[in-house]
Amino acid sequence: MKLKDLQSLLQDCKPFEEPKVELEQYTTRPHIAAHILHAIHNSYEGFDDTTVVDLGCGAGALGVGAAILGGRIIGIDIDKDALAIAQENAVELNPWEEDLCIDFVNADVLELVPQMCEKLKADVVITNPPFGTRTKGVDIEFLKVASQIATSAVYSLHKSSTRSYIQRHATKVLGFKRAQVVAELRYDLPKTYKFHKKACKDIEVDFWRFEVK
Amino acid sequence: MKLLTHNMLECHIKGVTNKYPFKVEAEEMENCECEFNPDFLRRMYPKLDWKALKETADELKIEGLPESVSEEMLKGDESFLRAFHHALLEVEVQEGALICPETGRRFPITKGIPNLLLNEDEC
Repeated sequence: MKLKDLQSLLQDCKPFEEPKVELEQYTTRPHIAAHILHAIHNSYEGFDDTTVVDLGCGAGALGVGAAILGGRIIGIDIDKDALAIAQENAVELNPWEEDLCIDFVNADVLELVPQMCEKLKADVVITNPPFGTRTKGVDIEFLKVASQIATSAVYSLHKSSTRSYIQRHATKVLGFKRAQVVAELRYDLPKTYKFHKKACKDIEVDFWRFEVK
Repeated sequence: MKLLTHNMLECHIKGVTNKYPFKVEAEEMENCECEFNPDFLRRMYPKLDWKALKETADELKIEGLPESVSEEMLKGDESFLRAFHHALLEVEVQEGALICPETGRRFPITKGIPNLLLNEDEC
């Protein structure tokens, strides 16, 4: 599938109805989701024979997109309202005749350490974690859980301002073999919450690939 | 919830040791149609807990899974691969619960989504 076709499918992704500020819920923008998935599919593992866990899947842009590209997906999120929307997206955005292979589980990603991850294994983990502006370090906690689930690679988004810390932490503490920034993105956050002053704010975000041993 | 997902979940209540597999209580099941991909099944087989899959399939009256699987079956036994595909990816538990094998704690499944959120005293 071409990038522009994937992007136009994800364009119709239904966003959160009432985003919850404490969970830092932002819908992954369609063009960003499409670029990320396209890169994984064409330059790395691909989704054809892969199992994928989407941590903090929210309304499901990444997970549903990965399922459209042929992956078998488990989307995990703490918020059941978001999962209901993700489930709708999995039906509405599906361009194929057969059903997408995607399941959703209502669980707290931060509770998954470490007991629950012994059986929860997937080739690839994708995550657009909360960036940690409300709860400091929460993106690193997501990355830690991801490192225990993935057997091949983890793909994640983090603020560019944390790049050198992430690089060090991923290889020294979390035990990844390699950590590389695949792309620098300008993440255009539309005004989602009342405390946002500007209608649209660009933040600089890195799209990372973490290779598992 | 598909049995693929069930195969990967375990009870994460603090202190529980006998946590796998969840027993499945199914009040409502549905079939979906997923693309049949034998290569995926061959790749997935060694990563699965076959015993858990087989036992759960038996309890849910999903037929066609053998006690054990041989190389030949994985290679080219079409009817086995179809049954494996169906049990793993096409059967969906829509309403019901996952039951922790040690504590009996019920985690409800609603509209296909298991709720594994813990109470404060469980984590």
